[in-house]
This record gives sequence, C-alpha cells and structure tokens, in this order.
Amino acid sequence: MRIEALLLLGVAVFFAVVGLIYWFTAYEEAGFLMLIGTVLLGFLPGSYYLWWSTRMKPRPEDRKDATLADGAGVIGSFPNSSIWPFVLGMGLFLVALSAVFGFWLLAPGLALVISAGIGVTVESRRGGSV
Amino acid sequence: MTLLQQRQPAPSEEHEAHEAQPRFVLKWLTSTDHKVIGLSYMITSVIIFYIAGLMALFIRAQLTVPNSSFLSLQTYNELFTMHGSLMLYLFAGPFAFGGLANYIVPMQVGAPDMAFPRLNALSYWLYLSGAITMTLGFVTAGGAASFGWVAYAPLSTSQFSPGAGADLWILGIALTGFSAIFTGVNLVTTIFYLRAPGMTMFRLPIFTWNMLVTALLILIAFPVLTSAMVMLFADRHFGSHIYSVQGGGSPILYQHLFWFFGHPEVYILALPYFGIATDVIPVFSRKPLFGYKGMVFATMAIAALSTGVWAHHMFTTGAVLLPFFSLLSLLIAVPTGIKFFNWIGTMWRGQLSFKTPMLFCIGFLFAFLMGGLTGVMLASPPIDFATHDTYFVVAHFHQVLFGTAVFAGFAGFYYWYPKMFGRMLDDRLGKAHFWLMFIGFWVTFLPQYVLGLWGMPRRVANYPADLGWQTLNVVSTVGAFMIGVSFVILLVNLLVSWLHPVPAGDNPWDAHTLEWFATSPPAHHNFERLPPIRSERPTWDFHHPDAKTIAHGQRNGHEKVPLAVGGAANETAGD
Repeated sequence: MRIEALLLLGVAVFFAVVGLIYWFTAYEEAGFLMLIGTVLLGFLPGSYYLWWSTRMKPRPEDRKDATLADGAGVIGSFPNSSIWPFVLGMGLFLVALSAVFGFWLLAPGLALVISAGIGVTVESRRGGSV
Repeated sequence: MTLLQQRQPAPSEEHEAHEAQPRFVLKWLTSTDHKVIGLSYMITSVIIFYIAGLMALFIRAQLTVPNSSFLSLQTYNELFTMHGSLMLYLFAGPFAFGGLANYIVPMQVGAPDMAFPRLNALSYWLYLSGAITMTLGFVTAGGAASFGWVAYAPLSTSQFSPGAGADLWILGIALTGFSAIFTGVNLVTTIFYLRAPGMTMFRLPIFTWNMLVTALLILIAFPVLTSAMVMLFADRHFGSHIYSVQGGGSPILYQHLFWFFGHPEVYILALPYFGIATDVIPVFSRKPLFGYKGMVFATMAIAALSTGVWAHHMFTTGAVLLPFFSLLSLLIAVPTGIKFFNWIGTMWRGQLSFKTPMLFCIGFLFAFLMGGLTGVMLASPPIDFATHDTYFVVAHFHQVLFGTAVFAGFAGFYYWYPKMFGRMLDDRLGKAHFWLMFIGFWVTFLPQYVLGLWGMPRRVANYPADLGWQTLNVVSTVGAFMIGVSFVILLVNLLVSWLHPVPAGDNPWDAHTLEWFATSPPAHHNFERLPPIRSERPTWDFHHPDAKTIAHGQRNGHEKVPLAVGGAANETAGD
C-alpha cells in the first residue's frame, strides 16, 4: 500500500512545485488552477492510502515473499452477466442526443437511466447472480 | 505441477452459477467479463481505425494534384476533422486502454476480473455511443464537424460552425470522455487492489505499470476536456460567453483547457504502446528487461512532464510563457532517451528472433525516434514559429502517433492474438504486412517534412501549381496507399487464421508474464492456478526452473528467493 500511496503523493508534490513555479513566472490563472486540481487529485487519495498503510500489515501483494496460500480465500465479489450497464449506456446516449435532436428524447433516455439504476440496485441486493 | 496451487476466484457454488453464461448476441450485450469487453473495445476501435484510414486515403487523393476538385472544400474539411477525431479519440486511446489494457492488465496482475465489472461494461457502451454520436454528423443536413480535431473557439462557435454535426461532435467527445474516466478508475483500482500474492508493485510487468500511469493521466486530463466541451456547448446554445471576446470571455482559455487535456492525451496514446514494446522486446530477445526500475521511473517522468507542457502547442498565440514550456518540453527527451537506451540494452547480445511482433516493435523504435527528434526541434520556439501549422508538424505527429499506436499497437495485436483466440496468425503474412507498412510509412511522411519546410500549410484542400509541391505530394500519396494495402494483408491474415486455425497453445512465445500462464483463450475468471511469483516474469521462472537468473539489484543469483518456497506452501494447500 505504501508504494501506491507514495506514487499518488508524488503526483501531488511534483505538480505543487510546477504549479508554484508557473504561478510566479507566467501569472496565468487557468493553467495554475488546473495544476492545483492535479495536486488535489494526487493528494486526496494518496494521503488516505498513506494513512492506511501505516496502520495495516502489508498485504500479501505487498510482500515479496508471500506465497499463494497467503492470499487464499475470497478475492472479491464479481457480478455475473448483467443487462443494466447496456440499458444505462443507451439511456445516457439518448440523454446526450436529446441536446441535439430535441428534448423529447429526454423522456425515454431518463426512463432507461432510472430503470437501470433500479435494476442494478435490485441485482446487487438480491445476490445470487452477483 | 507440484509447484502449482489452487486459486479459487470465488466460492465454488457461486462459480458454478457463472458457468451458465448467455450466448451469442446476449453474451456481447450483457457480459461483465473483462475479456469480452476488451474484445468489444478492440473490434470497435479497429473498425474505426479502418474507417479513419479510408478517410486519410481520400485526403491524400485530393492532395495528389494541385487545384484538385476530387472533393468539395466542405467535404475535405469534414474528412480531415473526422480522420483526426476518430483516430485520436476513438481508435488510438480506446484500443490501448479500453481494449488491450482491459484484456491484459487483470491477467498480468493475476486478477479474476477488473475491479468494477459493471462499470467496465458501462464504459464500453458509453464509448460506442460516443463513436456513433460523433459519426452521426455525416448524415445530418449540415454535414459532420469541420473545425479540426481541436475545435478551437471561435471557429467552433455557433456563428462559424452552425449545424448539428458540430454539436454531435461535442457530445460524442463528452460521452467518450466519461468512458475513459471510468476505465481509468477501474484500471487504477484493479492494479492497486487485485494483485496476486507476491506481485509487488515493482514486480508488475511494464505494460501494467504504463497502464497505471496512463490511467492517472486520464484522470488528470479527461475531466478538463469534458468540462471544456460542456462550456463550448453552453456557448453555442445557452448564450454564455466563456470563449467569446464580445461577451468578455477568452478564446485563449479554450486553448489552455484543450491542450491541458491535449498534451497529456499524446502520452495517454503513447505510454500504453511503450508498455507493449517493453513487454514484447525482452520475450523475443530471450533476456529479462534491461533496467526495469529505470523504465518505471522514466514512464513516471514522461507522464509528469507531459502534464506541464500543454502550452507548447500555443507558442504562436503570443500569450504564453515561452521559456517555461520550451524547457519542460525539451526535458521530456531525457526519460524518453532512457527508454530507448533500455530497449536497445535489452536487445543487446540477446538471442533475437524476428517474429512479427518483434518486427513491429523495431519498426516502432525507428518511427518513434524520428517523430521524437522532430518533436525536440518543435519544442524550440524559433523553429515552431517557422513551422507552425505546416506539413512539418503534420509529419511530426503522424510519425509519433503512427509509430506508437499503429506500429507498437499492432505489435501487441500480433503478440496477444494467440492468447485471445487460441490460434496463431500467419508469420509470413504478418511480415509482409510489416514491410509494406514500414516502407509506406517512410514514403508517406518523409516528403511531408520537406513540404512543411517549403511552407505548405496543413488543413488546406488545394495548393497552386507553380510552387513545385506536386512531386512530393504524389510520393506521399503513393506511400499512403501502400499503408492501405498493407492493412488488406492484415484482413487476409485474419481470414486465414479463421478458416484454417493453427492452435497456439498456452505460451507460444515462451513469454514472461502471467497472462501466458492461463489457457488460450483464458477461462472465465482467468486462472485456475497461478505459479509462485518471485520476479517480474513468473511464467518464465516456472517454465525454466533450472535457469540461472539474477534478481534486480543483486550481483549474483545466490541471494534470490528460491522458487521452491511455493512448493513448500503447496503441501498445505493439498494440490
């Protein structure tokens, strides 16, 4: 976990330095703000990971000498086939097209998006196929 | 087999439920398997590559003779805009981080799937929707978008680009932008949380490392693009004045936002392909990679620097700080040079075998070297002022992007095709494809450098006859059609492999990384078993237990953790 944290914090530190140099040489706001956004992108998850990495034992994937038995057990929950990502994608497609071809397309688009939201939630709660 | 251990991806009763998968059309619509989604991505993006390639041939046909009237001016503008947009947004990026990475990264880290399989599926559907949305412009009354792939304001405002084609283009970019962001989140999470035991960060294959860095770049760059597109749309339709001078806005702001995405995008398109070359070259040199950590840190350095150089595309606006952006741009040559050094060091005194994937990688080295060197030239503002918006720039970025996305991209295609389909591609046809494309590539783009230095501007449909530009334009067109024919050979190769399959076996190249430990094609959830992971090439270690290898940072092999550790643990696992 430590290397992952340092990678993200490295992003934050590098762009903090570049951002400061940029601000004091270029006096240009847009680029400076985007660089600060990048600092936050590295800092927020990176500091969280670092906080955790000091409080947990190294995971099997962090240890050079870990055997496969160390990682035995359930890896995670992986959903089975599901139609809902397709429904959600097509719903968002119609929502996007509604901005060009007329706002009436929002009706079927949002209907698909909402039904996909319900569908995914029910699917996840029911378990079994998830 | 004594070293092997069972690795169950999920409780067994649940796993049995997975066996009953939908088939045919329903399988492609509903699958959350990263392999099916990866293949969907690859098939879609390669189809888009062929379409955009055909557009390039039309563009070259138009430019063959002076004052040509083969295409109308409006059609020409639409074609070069859509050629660039399809190639950059819908082929080069998604082919790498949606297709190959989706398929290969979970296998290289020893994971059963991506971290968020349903989000992964949604990414694909958004990508497909975006692709359809963008190309729908061709069937609208005003035609497709025609403002170039950068869509600079004020050219892209409703005053100068009215019509639905431009709106569809903007929305298509927004949809594919979300798809890329979701894929980036998925890749980072998969690499951080789903690695197999012993697969430490510094044992990850370089392809996976590069995809991790690319995913971070996506997360930095794509939200900026999507927000720039939303604001552009608001300017066009909702009366805002973010990019218009009349309303107190700033057109330069659009360029800042676009290139803050656009320059990292170049490396989003390049780093995955560097990763492919770095995985392929050691396998066909029969050596471990030279300078593993150097490669990792060079990748990070390239990515970091690339985010600080966006305004080198804006030198001629006169509104940016030239020394800052020039210096950072020139610095990128250093980590890129390290990569070249390490690629050559890997081949040095290796037992090279020039199979098709290796040939494509060597072609990539030549192509990218030329593109990179002219890039260093363009990073210098005086040269950029002279050559901005000429064919010199066109030749430069085609050599960079063709070198990476096409040479290294199809190296990866030839390399992993046996894993994905369990059958080989014909090596002779592959070599014919390579040589024709390699020659066509140089014949196409070298004349364009000269044309650019002579002053031929990009994005013009016509040029006068008395400037003497015709000969080199004819040469360039001939080269482009050679590239076109070479991709017909690829289709023939696919047809041959489909009609007369040659079984590949699990590890036809004697490769290094974990994906070659699975069956070809891999089973659902990828691995029944895993080898012990004791170096960055576990599959090779497993198949060559007697080989003397030296771990990183050690002068001899004695300090290496012995392979038999896995065997000892095996007894408890009862395999």
